[in-house]
Amino acid sequence: MDPIHDSARAIARDVNARAVSAAEIAETLIPRAARVDAELGAYRELTPELMRAQARRVDQRIADGDRLALAGVPVAIKDNMCLIGTHTTAGSKILEGFTAPYTATAVQRLLDAGALPIGKTNLDEFAMGSSGENSAFEKTKNPYDLERVPGGSSAGSAASVAGYAATVSLGSDTGGSIREPAAFCNVVGFKPTYGRVSRYGLIAFASSLDQIGPFARSVEDAALTYDTIAGKDPLDATSIDRAVEATADGLRDDLRGVRVGLVKEFALDALDAATRACYESAYADLERLGAELVDVTLPTAEYGLATYYLIAPAECSSNLARFDGVRYGLRVDGADVGEMYERTRAAGFGPEVKRRILIGTYALSSGYYDAYYLKAQKARTRIGEDFARAFERCDVIASPAASSPAFRFNAKSDPVTMYLMDYYTIPGSLAGLPSLSIPCGSVVPEDGTRAMPLGLQLTSPLFTERALLGVAHAYERATLHAEKLALPEICTT
Amino acid sequence: MSTIASSDAALTSELLDKYEAVIGIECHVELKTVSKMFCGCPNAFGGEPNTKVCPVCLALPGSLPVPNARAIEHMIRSGLAFGATIPAHSKFDRKNYFYPDMPKNYQISQYDMPLTVGGVVGYWLEDGSRGECRLTRIHLEEDTGKSTHASADGRLAGATSSLIDFNRAGVPLMECVGEPDLRSADEAVGFLETLARTFRELGVSDVKMEEGSLRCDANVSVRLRGAAEYGTKAEIKNMNSFRSVRRAIESEIARQIHVVESGGRVIQETRGWDETAGVTHSQRSKEEAHDYRYFPDPDLVPIDVTSDVVERVRATLPETPFARYVRYVDDYGLDSKRATQLVDDHVLAAWFDRAVAASGGKAQAVVAFVLGDLARLANESGTHLGDGKVTPEALAELVALTSSNAINSKAAKQVLEALWVDGGSAKAIVEREGLAQVSDRGAIAAIVDEILATNPSVVADYKAGKLNVMGFLTGQVMKASRGRANPTLAQELLKGKLGG
Amino acid sequence: MPTDRIDIRHVARLARLALTDAEIATFAPQLGSLMTHVDALAELDTERVPATAQVVPSRNVQRDDVLRPETILSREAALANAPQAQGAYFRVPRIIAEEG
Ligand SMILES: [Mg+2]
Ligand SMILES: [Zn+2]
Repeated sequence: MDPIHDSARAIARDVNARAVSAAEIAETLIPRAARVDAELGAYRELTPELMRAQARRVDQRIADGDRLALAGVPVAIKDNMCLIGTHTTAGSKILEGFTAPYTATAVQRLLDAGALPIGKTNLDEFAMGSSGENSAFEKTKNPYDLERVPGGSSAGSAASVAGYAATVSLGSDTGGSIREPAAFCNVVGFKPTYGRVSRYGLIAFASSLDQIGPFARSVEDAALTYDTIAGKDPLDATSIDRAVEATADGLRDDLRGVRVGLVKEFALDALDAATRACYESAYADLERLGAELVDVTLPTAEYGLATYYLIAPAECSSNLARFDGVRYGLRVDGADVGEMYERTRAAGFGPEVKRRILIGTYALSSGYYDAYYLKAQKARTRIGEDFARAFERCDVIASPAASSPAFRFNAKSDPVTMYLMDYYTIPGSLAGLPSLSIPCGSVVPEDGTRAMPLGLQLTSPLFTERALLGVAHAYERATLHAEKLALPEICTT
Repeated sequence: MSTIASSDAALTSELLDKYEAVIGIECHVELKTVSKMFCGCPNAFGGEPNTKVCPVCLALPGSLPVPNARAIEHMIRSGLAFGATIPAHSKFDRKNYFYPDMPKNYQISQYDMPLTVGGVVGYWLEDGSRGECRLTRIHLEEDTGKSTHASADGRLAGATSSLIDFNRAGVPLMECVGEPDLRSADEAVGFLETLARTFRELGVSDVKMEEGSLRCDANVSVRLRGAAEYGTKAEIKNMNSFRSVRRAIESEIARQIHVVESGGRVIQETRGWDETAGVTHSQRSKEEAHDYRYFPDPDLVPIDVTSDVVERVRATLPETPFARYVRYVDDYGLDSKRATQLVDDHVLAAWFDRAVAASGGKAQAVVAFVLGDLARLANESGTHLGDGKVTPEALAELVALTSSNAINSKAAKQVLEALWVDGGSAKAIVEREGLAQVSDRGAIAAIVDEILATNPSVVADYKAGKLNVMGFLTGQVMKASRGRANPTLAQELLKGKLGG
Repeated sequence: MPTDRIDIRHVARLARLALTDAEIATFAPQLGSLMTHVDALAELDTERVPATAQVVPSRNVQRDDVLRPETILSREAALANAPQAQGAYFRVPRIIAEEG
């Protein structure tokens, strides 16, 4: 019994069997998370009191005869999700000091299943970023190399799980914000079909794209967490009213009969040779496990970035209008309310958020709507159609999750260069598809000495989470890439 | 008095004849629902500030809207009542602008796919004339909170800060947009009154203007009578009663005629109505304030309205107040005032309709009782006819008794009073109280003889030419018969015996 | 020119963002170059293509007209996060009359 390194499934099994109490797990994880956090800056805030109180409730329920899917499992929550009584900042100064008076549906479902909340994790401000460097607060570090970024925007959710400061965590993915940090941090990161998990209580970035999903150190734990949070929520009109198939019991060990599509437009030529070799061997592993590799084409994929960088900012410009200094968060006073708005928002938002608000406001403004916003919505339709056509020939599409391993802090100063990081993840986001990143090996970057992880992205048709996780599990069990990479000492002791 | 207000008075009828006003009304009406538009907070007027709020209507980070099904049905009902088209597809859009009483800094509204399109509002004026005004659309949106301004007079100007109550934020609101079919302030008010009556009748809104549940804006322009083109319009905002609608529009028409007459040009702008000063004043805001950046709300899914739903709602529609008014005037021959009185009280009107039906269509006789003695009795007892013991069927019986001369009008009053107190049937009361009219010539002649015998001095007066004592003598006969004598017959016999 | 195609001051005003001159100098070329990237969309044929507002088609998601008292915040909770409150109200600096 080792609550720090055990899987969620093992912890839940032991707590349900009363082999260990949730309280003991909490007392083990609280100092552990604090120690790792001091090193990684993964958490915005630790919540030991909430964790202890929840542990007491869980122990009581177990004593009363309940069996809970995530009994005693330590979870970290991205700080753009509300958890009653906790500070919820979305990584922004504009929400500094805001205490959530309610709890997000996905978080509540974890708590109802017996999970223990360790804390709120750091993120790129309002989930806008690919590196984790856009938080207005601490700098979260990559556990595999403290000089490097953890990936974003769910930086702390990836780093906390990778650093054994949480067993599983929740992140949110709008254009790659779960998959990309998962790839950088050597963990599994899973974005379900849009609408599978309620967004109620998730601070909106781009409503039509945002989706909550789990980080875990194994596909099995990701599946267990997903099964707990998925399903229709009457409080989210966009959550899908469709039966959720349990994924945790659909995990398989081979890939016989599975057709894996390789996308022509996602050719590996542009990648660094070592990175490219890593992905080629990942594809070969899939084939070795019995999968049939087929070539597919997504002709509109190259328009993904342009489409995304119109739709997401447009929605964000409207979603972030509520941060105005009237009801909560920061206020910088002014002579009149208009001046107060302008000063508050100027002081409260960081540069990336401002850039996106400006782009989005422009794309929606009078005279530009048709050329930009509407055009992007139509391009989005074509991208979805391309995927549907590709999925006539394959069951799952494999690609890199990111074009490189984690880079050094401040390595990418130009926004468009940074946006290009999301090249592989964005098309699937626009189509609302379930998609995950799974560790697939490592490379030593040119400017470094340590081996850094890479992630393989697997994407499947709408609502095929069970099949997708099944394929990922087979690949994981056959390759064991995650376990092959040595962690820095702080994270293993 | 400002110069504009005084020039208002100077507007001659000659000038008014030279110009024609063109008016289009837009109004916001709060819908009557239990809960708010997108959350489970109560939709109720007033209350302690900021006590009817939740994460959704306070726009806390992460909260999401879910639309109220009843509000959507109210829209369909409203549209159908005016013969509007209910499109098969509709959706919600975000209207983006910043205002402190609007929590999200966007309003969930409908832009290019409203729930109802077109339709016509038939209306009538006090003098009985009628008109029609086409509707462009009715769309569904949400209300804002309320701000009060910390200044000496509670108004915006001069305030150093404002206080906000979000209880009203998120209350379902329908916006009715009318075509510019109205030509006078009277017509505008007639149109609005009919709208309000209709929404009340449909049960979709209480339309309490004093509580702000109906608020309107008017687009006003003037042109030379007979001109084909519209003049430039000004939009008048902030009118919160029918009275201020009438005054504001009249004042604006006068202002525009003066501008044109003095060689100026009306500019397109927003003007606020100042109730106290009785004038409209320019409220031009910065240009970019009007770029609302509408786009489909990604938090909400489209609305499909099937023909099944439309027909189900249509089947439950009541007769509209305008249709009822037309029926009363054209079919029943009621005058406009009485018809309006009935239409304005739909419980009374329904009662009236039942009584007319039971009476075999004697609308005139029924309305005389309903708006006469029965209204008085209800008024005196502080109750409503609909809550009393008199049934429409009993009144119909009474109407039959009076029109066949079975009882006289005095007895009818007595019957009504008895019905009011005890209920039951009119016939039974007539029998119980012995109120049937006596038309037996011999019986009345005997009473007449007795009265003449006991009043010799009055008889002498009559004979000396004081003909007005006839009233007294008739009264004595009626009294002696306990009110049952046929008064016409009694008078005839008196005259005969007095030799007049 | 891509750098000055967006009237940043106007857009910032619409978004109620006070920008410094330095920010304008930084953002203008950045937004310009992003918009240049976005221009590629123009060559994509979207004639007769419907717009996707939601990836998973769904319709008529509504709630019954009932109260949910458990979601209502106490006034203390409602005002707890307010930067400035006065009595039972949220307080803001004076409002300059504008559209409502
Ligand atoms: Mg409106
Ligand atoms: Zn509410």
